[in-house]
Amino acid sequence: MDLVAAVARIDGRSDGVGVHRSRNSVGQVNFDNRHDTPFGLPSPPDRLLPRRDILLHLGLGTFMCIFMKKPSTLLDKLWGAHEILRREDGTSLLWVDRHLVHEGSHHAFAKLAARGQPVAEPRLTFAVTDHYAPTRQRDRITDPDIARMIETLEGNAHTHGLEIFGLRDPRQGIVHVIGPEQGLTLPGLQINCGDSHTSTHGAFGALAFGIGATEVAHVLATQTVWQRKPAAMRITFEGALAPGVTAKDMALGWIARLGAGGAQGHAVEYAGPAVEALSMEGRMTLCNLSIEGGARFGMVAPDAVTFAYIKGRPYAPGPGDWETALTGWRALRTDAGADFAREVVIDAAEIAPTLTWGTSPEQAIGIDAVLPAPESLGAGKAAAARAAYDYMGLTPGQPIKGTPVDQVFLGSCTNGRIEDLRAAAAVLRGRKARVPGLVSPGSALVKQQAEAEGLDKVFRDAGLEWAASGCSMCVGMNGDLVAPGKRCASSTNRNFRGRQGRGARTHLMSPAMVAAAAVTGALSDVREVTQERT
Amino acid sequence: MAGWTRHEGRAVHLPQDNVDTDQLIPARFMSTPRVQGYGEFLLHDMRRDAAGVLRPEFPLNGVEPASILIAGRNFGTGSSREAAVYALVDAGFRAVIAPGFGDIFAANAVNNGLLPARLAEREITALAGAVGGGDARVSIDLDNCEIHAAGQVFAFALDEMWREKLIRGWDDIDLTLQHAAQIRTYRERRVADMAWLLPDD
Repeated sequence: MDLVAAVARIDGRSDGVGVHRSRNSVGQVNFDNRHDTPFGLPSPPDRLLPRRDILLHLGLGTFMCIFMKKPSTLLDKLWGAHEILRREDGTSLLWVDRHLVHEGSHHAFAKLAARGQPVAEPRLTFAVTDHYAPTRQRDRITDPDIARMIETLEGNAHTHGLEIFGLRDPRQGIVHVIGPEQGLTLPGLQINCGDSHTSTHGAFGALAFGIGATEVAHVLATQTVWQRKPAAMRITFEGALAPGVTAKDMALGWIARLGAGGAQGHAVEYAGPAVEALSMEGRMTLCNLSIEGGARFGMVAPDAVTFAYIKGRPYAPGPGDWETALTGWRALRTDAGADFAREVVIDAAEIAPTLTWGTSPEQAIGIDAVLPAPESLGAGKAAAARAAYDYMGLTPGQPIKGTPVDQVFLGSCTNGRIEDLRAAAAVLRGRKARVPGLVSPGSALVKQQAEAEGLDKVFRDAGLEWAASGCSMCVGMNGDLVAPGKRCASSTNRNFRGRQGRGARTHLMSPAMVAAAAVTGALSDVREVTQERT
Repeated sequence: MAGWTRHEGRAVHLPQDNVDTDQLIPARFMSTPRVQGYGEFLLHDMRRDAAGVLRPEFPLNGVEPASILIAGRNFGTGSSREAAVYALVDAGFRAVIAPGFGDIFAANAVNNGLLPARLAEREITALAGAVGGGDARVSIDLDNCEIHAAGQVFAFALDEMWREKLIRGWDDIDLTLQHAAQIRTYRERRVADMAWLLPDD
């Protein structure tokens, strides 16, 4: 049943509930001229005003706006293209082009079932088994809770007629890896998922953000989501990254500078030469970590790198639509002179390989730095730092480099893509890991590709375990856990207390840095480890 | 979801910044069906020692249950797991008062009738002082966005739409379906403009 049919049914039982007209009511606002451009592409912001308001406020400023087109940000363009209506209180009803669900979406399906509501757009809803996916022995899942979570998703997908990338599907993998891999993620689309790392898809110039279970149920029922437009923020990385420095270091670098809540309420557009120089994998890593700095949205304007990545993917526009699509996608850039509520400029050359030392992503430093004294972090952060040192078993004033690790993990939606595995394998090739470790590729196709390149052999020869794909040890839901008190060098996204298991001590870093830690058995500078080889 | 305008209850102060969603509910509890209740999972690993015994010194482990949580900066940062809100709600909380919240957490809170009230840090300190050991009753007035404690009044910040939603207990799906015609029109145009939007069957 598609949305048209679904809403027709609802209309049929209309009980005369009208449009509220109180102070905070649901004012219906029509935008007559909104979709006169290809792909529902951006109308300039002035057109977002309701017509009656234009009439009321018709002055020179508005006149100039209408005829001179105020410069727009990428956010403005994406928002404008998805805004079905805006209430008087400023909240927008946005259209969702791709809705991705996973095992954790069971609460939302239960809400839908309780209402007796169908999925409005089954063809735009995709189910993925990732959070609870076993990385070993998939044929016999011994944990009944894990088995039930996976079966529940399969059951819901079947009931509602959703395409599912299930455990035995050759395309299975982490939702934020397979969306782009399959070409489901495209510039200009709005992509929602009940997962905070949905910002990953913004790397394609998409409007992508994580939502909670109530919102997931809402999208399932209506294919829309209510959202107040965030403030626009731009982080510009000038210059070029030094060798051995990656997108992960850029992300940890800005979060360390601005704080874990530093971009709250904002949508971050990443720009500048160092961002343009990143591969799509790198851009996805950068956008993925937006939420760790507080931003629900991260985005990069699409360019030739983006288009080359997309072309030929299963769900991408085919040859007949390709040129039309490109024309629209090329317009998805911030106009010169557009206003941002906040601008941050970072010199990419100054970023060192960066890793976390504490229990918040903001507690990150360059590998050459010493562990900061709590009181040096400013009022309000000292107590948290002391608690983090206590939990992590570290002492301020000591160098972080050389801290022994117990194990390593390579994978996750942040750094589980082919380029990440290549970077780690380049460090590990011909070497032995001094500590045990798990490698879980971001998808079954990434795994296949890595095996075709012989990377699995590099990891295995080094002594690391080569496993199947899933969220795995990033979130520990599938039973891949770090034991209490153990220290793990991890290519993941959260170093929260207990994230990888109760009492686990997580250090976030790039895949190459994880590999360097594996080789040396300690937190190490990948630049030195690779230099030894040459 | 039932709406509410006034609430009075005992407040408890958790003086920590960045209390993340993994703290609010560790991932291992999230496969539990909601009907079983999530209250016992709230801040599980902070409240209990490795043997599962409640730590007596932890603020939430007071004898009397509290319904208002006074918290630190960036409360609810992290994942989109609505289970973090379920744990608070099922443990009896109606409001969290903090200088700031994780964006997704705050939206989830409102969708479950839990107030995410923003108060400047120094006012948080003053409020926590007024509450003292936790015996003082605190009342919250959504009509005026005020917190009353020990004779003092604190004005909190809250998105206007969220305030209305909390008061009315609105169900967004019902509200949205009133706009079905506009959604339908949008959809038709979107699909016509983008031939690749709908995957082939």
